[in-house]
Amino acid sequence: MSFLEFVPDWLLAHAPAFLMALPLIMAAITAILPNKRVAWASTFIVTAILTVTAFTIALYNAEVGTTIYKMGGWAPPHGISLVIDALNAPVVVLIALMSLITVIYALPATVAEIKPNKRAPFYAAFLLCTAGLLGMTVTGDAFNVFVFLEVSSISTYVLVAMGAARDRRALSAAYNYLILGSIGATFFVIGVGFLYMETGTLNMADMARILADLDGGSRVAKIAFGFIVIGLGLKLAMFPLHTWLPGAYAYSPTPVAAFLASTATKAALYLLLRFTFFVFDPSYSYVADVLMFVLVGLGVVGMIFASLQAIFQTDVRRMLAYSSVAQVGYMLLGIGIATTASVAAGYLHLLNHAIIKGGLFLAIGAMWYRFGITRTEDFRGLGKTMPLTMGAFTVSGLSLIGVPFTAGFVSKVNLTFAAADSGWWWAVAVIMVTSILALIYIGRLLLVAYFQSPPVVNGEVVVRNEAPIAMLLPMWTLALASVFVGIWSDTMVGMAIRAAELLLGAG
Amino acid sequence: MTPQIALALLLIIPLLAAVLIPLVGKSQNVREGVTFVAGLALLATVVYLCIDVASGGRPELRLGSFAGRFNFALKLEPLGATFAAIASSLWIVNSLFTLGYMRGNKEKNQTRFFACVAIAIAASMGIAASANLITLFIFYEALTISTFPLVTHKGDAKAKRGGTIYALILMGTSLALLLPAIIGTYVIAGTTDFVVGGIFPPGTSLFATSILLFLFAFGIGKAALMPTHPWLPNAMVAPTPVSALLHAVAVVKAGVFTMLKVITYTFGPALTLATPSSTWLAWIAAISIVLASVIALRQDNLKARLAYSTVSQLSYITLGAMLAVSMGILGGGLQIVMHAWGKITLFMCAGAIYTIAHRTNISQLDGLGRTMPWVFGAFLVGALSIIGIPPLGGSWPKFMLMMGAVDSGKAILIVALIASSILNIIYLVPIAVRGFMKAPANPEDDAHIAEVRKKHRWVIIPPVITAIGSLVLFFFAGGILDFLQPILPAGGL
Repeated sequence: MSFLEFVPDWLLAHAPAFLMALPLIMAAITAILPNKRVAWASTFIVTAILTVTAFTIALYNAEVGTTIYKMGGWAPPHGISLVIDALNAPVVVLIALMSLITVIYALPATVAEIKPNKRAPFYAAFLLCTAGLLGMTVTGDAFNVFVFLEVSSISTYVLVAMGAARDRRALSAAYNYLILGSIGATFFVIGVGFLYMETGTLNMADMARILADLDGGSRVAKIAFGFIVIGLGLKLAMFPLHTWLPGAYAYSPTPVAAFLASTATKAALYLLLRFTFFVFDPSYSYVADVLMFVLVGLGVVGMIFASLQAIFQTDVRRMLAYSSVAQVGYMLLGIGIATTASVAAGYLHLLNHAIIKGGLFLAIGAMWYRFGITRTEDFRGLGKTMPLTMGAFTVSGLSLIGVPFTAGFVSKVNLTFAAADSGWWWAVAVIMVTSILALIYIGRLLLVAYFQSPPVVNGEVVVRNEAPIAMLLPMWTLALASVFVGIWSDTMVGMAIRAAELLLGAG
Repeated sequence: MTPQIALALLLIIPLLAAVLIPLVGKSQNVREGVTFVAGLALLATVVYLCIDVASGGRPELRLGSFAGRFNFALKLEPLGATFAAIASSLWIVNSLFTLGYMRGNKEKNQTRFFACVAIAIAASMGIAASANLITLFIFYEALTISTFPLVTHKGDAKAKRGGTIYALILMGTSLALLLPAIIGTYVIAGTTDFVVGGIFPPGTSLFATSILLFLFAFGIGKAALMPTHPWLPNAMVAPTPVSALLHAVAVVKAGVFTMLKVITYTFGPALTLATPSSTWLAWIAAISIVLASVIALRQDNLKARLAYSTVSQLSYITLGAMLAVSMGILGGGLQIVMHAWGKITLFMCAGAIYTIAHRTNISQLDGLGRTMPWVFGAFLVGALSIIGIPPLGGSWPKFMLMMGAVDSGKAILIVALIASSILNIIYLVPIAVRGFMKAPANPEDDAHIAEVRKKHRWVIIPPVITAIGSLVLFFFAGGILDFLQPILPAGGL
């Protein structure tokens, strides 16, 4: 690895801690920065450093394997450890990269959506959210997960509520999210509490070892698992615990919607993977039951039901939000089938969907920025008035449907094969049908955008008015990433398989 | 030159033309020169490849892979070589016609037009030479996209509406039905390569293959099996050369070619025959044949009548494929060839009538044959070939399909074939008869047309060429059948 030779040793050694400490400290400093431009610049620099660090961690992980960082030199299980392994390294990269992309995009977006005196707090909350997400991804300590979960959640409530400057409904959406998010976090911490009762430790690797010794543990462990699954289910918008999500995505400021759609639910899904397969084990009968009946059942129902709901939405962002709930269903299906191939496919879809949905939300945000567009019928003639933005939307949209040469195709095909290999033929049929539903809800937008003429406003036909470069660059980065993954998928598939093998063992 | 290089040239030549045409777009003659040079070069390449294929060669070329498990590859076999031969030879004839038509009608954006046609030809070549379903799917979509600007060429509201329906049905069916069918095939069979005799492992559930067959039959929207046909009449808003080359040859033939290919190389005739849904689909095709003929009968617009006639004639091929006996499949393959030459003649005649006389409806054609004898003569020959009257090329496939219906124990389908032939006579022959026999409604107009006719010889010569071709092909049907024979599994059916 030639790149790693340029990285100073102290960064390699302390990268996991650096990853969460830097945004935490900078969030506090950014909050009191007087100048909004400086606030943006500092956030940009922080996220850029985070991205480089995350890539370093991922490369280093690929080279040396799992690393455990001891916070303050205290050895686990007594001290808090930060773990970087094949499962969370890609998620760390995803979160850091998405934060950088969002910040670039936020430069023009916040000017339109956030009042000047709120911009520094906005960036501070954004950095806190990033710190929380990164923290809950890298930490090896169950209670620490809860702490970072709350850090990210509370800052997210603030970020969502900041959409009120644009649409007052953001306040009720944020409140709704706050109530449900707090319930979710409470359930999660109750679950962790029960686990502590059962195992006497908070370190996740230690918990896993003790639970295995106890052969899955007593009823307390079962209850703990139930609480954790439901708590995380709320956070990851598992159907029918998704009701907070459409409002939060639709009324938050556009950069926040894109960031949340591609990171927040994904980090929660990562935790679900971590707890179901790493702390607990699918060999315990109660875990197997939950996988088979709860995750698969709710996943499949969510895929169908949320896709149908997406078709009937008139607000594009609500439509994309319901689509997210449906896509979470794909991931849950992959996790629930619980073979190495299926978990790899679900994990791959987690990464791919983040790229896809991020791109879509960035594009729709740019459309709002220029024309105030949120509803489906407003898409008329966008192929002419914003060709580049609509182009990015189209590429990401096709990827969501799962057209060949796109990321969505790769993960859906992998999931289809995993389901077929396990003999789950009805699941194959469901994947096909929901892909057709995705074709309908994306296709009708493309139809309106490309085959109808631009609207007439005040007696004049709307003319071309493309989004600024700071918005086009992020959305096209994601759109092209989606195509890149669709053609040269080996790296991504390899990462997903390594992650699944870490959880389930090879084959 | 090795066959592999020739295979690459199939794509490179038309794509190169598509790049060069906009570059030299300023000078019309140079631009059309590029098209003709490319057309001749492509035809030479195809002929070279056909000779190789006839002698047993199956040239292969791997272009790469994607998504870890899908090969993007070309491999030519007799059916594909036949399709490539039709598309490339008719591209040249049609380019002559296009030149006369576009200049005669002073159409705008001619450079874009010629470039898009070249891309569409490249996509057709890709479809013809695809080594597996995934590759075929990619070129199939490329063909839809590249022909969309051609359909909406006029740019008015009607053209946009037609284009919307065109894109909606073709993209919609392919993404919603064809793609799941391909993935489903891959899941069950573990490959999507085209292999003589089919790829499904023995013991595959017939319920699964039934569903897949349905998905394929309606997912291949370009085959215009009812009820996926409305795109075809709607595409008639395009300039006539597009209708002639694409909606009588390249696009629709890509559809039925895919259908035949799926039946012979993916399912295999034996499995198709065993699959219950093939019988239902044969009936749907038979209903399509008759129903589309009846609708054609009621059209006064010449192009609309030809469009419905195309819908009807395409279903012959689908029917032949679904019969899954050697006579049916070979008859379907032959029908691709014969119908292409016959129908392009009819469309070019319609275009010639429009260019010279500015008439679009059949009721306006009284006596026009006396002023334009060559055009109406060519039309009559083309029509007789479509109907299937010897000694014209179109008679063989009709005959073979009837034999196929008997062979597969569905002799009652002959009724549909005969009914359709009678309907064909009723809706095609009177057009030519009107032109020759009836007195002109307005002799002064016709006298004027006779004068301007001389300026437009490039819209008259091409249909005459293809009409002669239809006649000549009657005598070469045996050769084409021998060429196609290897697509069936050895040992007969």
